[in-house]
Amino acid sequence: MSAQPENLMPGPPPDEPVSPVRTRQRSRRTDPWTLLTLLIALVLALPVLTVFAHVFMPATEVWEHLRQTVLADYVLNSLILMMGVGVGVLLLGVPTAWLVSLCDFPGRRVFEWALLLPLAVPAYIIAYTYTGLLDFAGPVQTQIRAWTGWGWGDYWFPQIRSLPGAVVMLSLVLYPYVYLLSRAAFLEQSVCVLEVSRTLGVGPWGGFRHVALPLARPAVVTGLTLALMETLADYGTVEYFGIPTFTTGIFRTWFGLGDPAAAAQLAGLMMTFVLVLIVLERYSRRRARFHHTSTRYSRLPRYRLSGWRKAGAILICAFPVALGFIVPALQLGQWALRTTDVWMRPEFLTLVWNSVSLAGIAAVLAVALALIMAYGKRLRPNLAVNLAVRVAGMGYAIPGTVIAVGVMLPFAWIDNTIDSFMRAQFGVSTGLILSGTLVAVIFAYCVRFLAVSLNTVEAALTKIKPSMDDAARSLGMGPLAVLRNIHMPIMRGSVLTALLLVFVDVLKELPATLILRPFNFNTLAVRAFELASDERLADSASAALAIVLAGIIPVILLSRTIGRSRPGHDTPA
Amino acid sequence: MNTFRHRFLTSILLLSISLVPGLLFAQGEVNVYSARQEALIKPLMDRFTEETGIRVNIVSARADALLQRLRSEGRNTPADVLITVDAGNLHSAVEAGVLQPIRSDNLEAAIPESYRNPEGYWYGLSMRARPIMYVRDKVDPAEFSTYEDLADPKWRGRICVRSSSNVYNQSMTASMIIAHGEEATETWARGLVANMARPPQGGDRDQIRAAAAGQCDIAIANTYYLGQMHHGDDADRRAADAIGVFWPNQDDRGVHVNVSGAGVTAHARNRDNAIRLLEFMAGDEAQAWYAEANQEYPVKPDVPHSETLAGFGEFKADAVNLGLLGAHNAAAVRLMDRAGWR
Repeated sequence: MSAQPENLMPGPPPDEPVSPVRTRQRSRRTDPWTLLTLLIALVLALPVLTVFAHVFMPATEVWEHLRQTVLADYVLNSLILMMGVGVGVLLLGVPTAWLVSLCDFPGRRVFEWALLLPLAVPAYIIAYTYTGLLDFAGPVQTQIRAWTGWGWGDYWFPQIRSLPGAVVMLSLVLYPYVYLLSRAAFLEQSVCVLEVSRTLGVGPWGGFRHVALPLARPAVVTGLTLALMETLADYGTVEYFGIPTFTTGIFRTWFGLGDPAAAAQLAGLMMTFVLVLIVLERYSRRRARFHHTSTRYSRLPRYRLSGWRKAGAILICAFPVALGFIVPALQLGQWALRTTDVWMRPEFLTLVWNSVSLAGIAAVLAVALALIMAYGKRLRPNLAVNLAVRVAGMGYAIPGTVIAVGVMLPFAWIDNTIDSFMRAQFGVSTGLILSGTLVAVIFAYCVRFLAVSLNTVEAALTKIKPSMDDAARSLGMGPLAVLRNIHMPIMRGSVLTALLLVFVDVLKELPATLILRPFNFNTLAVRAFELASDERLADSASAALAIVLAGIIPVILLSRTIGRSRPGHDTPA
Repeated sequence: MNTFRHRFLTSILLLSISLVPGLLFAQGEVNVYSARQEALIKPLMDRFTEETGIRVNIVSARADALLQRLRSEGRNTPADVLITVDAGNLHSAVEAGVLQPIRSDNLEAAIPESYRNPEGYWYGLSMRARPIMYVRDKVDPAEFSTYEDLADPKWRGRICVRSSSNVYNQSMTASMIIAHGEEATETWARGLVANMARPPQGGDRDQIRAAAAGQCDIAIANTYYLGQMHHGDDADRRAADAIGVFWPNQDDRGVHVNVSGAGVTAHARNRDNAIRLLEFMAGDEAQAWYAEANQEYPVKPDVPHSETLAGFGEFKADAVNLGLLGAHNAAAVRLMDRAGWR
């Protein structure tokens, strides 16, 4: 039998008043939560809006030139890339998540966290590494030619620097988003539902297809959306592979053709892709809600796999770990060993410290902002708030350089305006107060990565039954007390997940750091990229490896958090 | 946040000092926006500090991003010096009004006229050429003559070159536009695209490696990449050994060359220190360092080339005013779009 989530989990439809408590409040004053949410959204949307202000400039003849020559390529390549990566991350992320959550096979405990490791590898780094390995001039093909005596054109070998190559590279490092969120969803599912399905004679496969998967859908889609937005924003990989997409097109138009307006119009067109994605997802879910109505949890009985199924499960889980992490890490390690002079210097420790502290600050901020916004939306789900939250989360799909310029322009304007005012009034110059400081850098991170924390926190909040809020509120708790005493303990796992995700993302972030940072301030990503872009792969390896290593610790923490987050899961002391 | 507070305190300190007339502030510092990677210029900057006691602060990033930053910061920019590569970028900086003209007898004596801006907005500090590189075993250099000739059907499927999004190709195409006009250059670009061994991908070194490995017979790349490969790991050294350098257009305008250069920003607060830094970089020691550590050609005529570069042979360089390349950059990009050069 196929269990429809709609029938299983009836929740209150979104637009109807949930309880008398809320109806009464809504008719009164605007509460501070809504105001705060709108304010934060406005500030965070500033860079995106700055860039988009260009969209409404009249179309230049550069736009006409683009339309006639390369625009079709940009659209087509970006679409193929997104579809390819979409399929890739689903195929790699969902089955592995289900296997490690609900089945039992040797190595499962290791795979639980190992499957997250590729998250720590920046996309451009994996692209550089695999190109180094598999290119025509690389060691693998050279070895093949040495053995066989073949030359160029005598044999077929997959072209690594190609559109399919980019799909594979991005899928390998982005699937952990889908894995992470689906796994959390599988673990949170009430065991009752699965038990009911088992008593009705549904096997492991049927349980996955008809019960677990539909129930996990919001989480899977959230992960997929994150992966696709990251794909759209990717610049390093497609640029290196020579694939004309929206991002490479934006750079080329802005800096090569010197036309920011046409570049912004390209970015605007790209954003419609994201909007279409979001709308499609909302529409497909329609009015289905996914709250859990049962509060009874017990230890999940895992399916014990045997024979070929066991081997299959191990292979399925080992594949992405090997290709997404072990191979690139080994290659980087080999290069790093050849260049010990780079990382033996004390200066290298400063780089590590800069990266880690910056990522830590940004993670805490981004999650705090996401909590405020998601909660504001839950308290007052009206059009203005919903829109504000959506717009504030758009930064994730926009290339870092575009965000950086969007941060730079308003900040410099504010600084210069204050300076002019002070000069005119008091004859003193205040100079640049915000521009070129870490404040600007951290602000850019929040703009860029808010979607990560927001989506994670929102997904967790929607799973908490509104009846809990109502019960607490009717007992006299204010909204803040509800958040602190009821929601936070339930969401602890998700909040930590959001923290760690933003942390790892900031650790890997490059373009905004590069452009906005203060004097004499470098991070691991900056160092790795500068050397790699100068085609000094071996020299960049130690910094790249350090990013990966610094990312592993939070990734492992992440896995433990999720493992414990399941209600009723026997928590080790 | 520490840096923020630090900046705040520093600005208050500077403010109070500037209120006391006639008080001389110590040797101080110079702030550099550099499109050259930090690793490439830091050793030179450290030498400068050792020699003069002037502290050098650096932000390195993409040339276009730094220019955007300079423009938006306006008169309050902390930067005193802009270091960048490619005359196209130097030209854009002049056009954007973020540089100021400076006069220095030392700079004018050291740097030939064709490698600096006539009004002194920028000075070239190192030079590189973009010649034709070929596989010694497969091509007789007598077959080559000019860049124009690379569009000839006899080279069908034999040329490796990187994407047209790269500024080196944009400047090279701009130099063709200056020589022949847009229409003829577009025809040339179409011919070149038809002769490519594979869709453009990777960087300059990748073209050289692909040629050495047998994927193509000809690579177009900057000289310092080949020079650095001669000092790289085993695989790179073997690849570089298989490659010869042909200097095209020696009977007419000369091989396409470009510079890295620097200028003093329009609102520099440490103008004197900035000029001293430029003079240092045009000095014998710094010029020799460029040649040896980075395999670039020194702009100062009497500074010897590195042994590796000398091995590539002497050449006649295109004497076109490098600032002109920047003026034709957008036209070059469009033309390559139309010609299907990815």
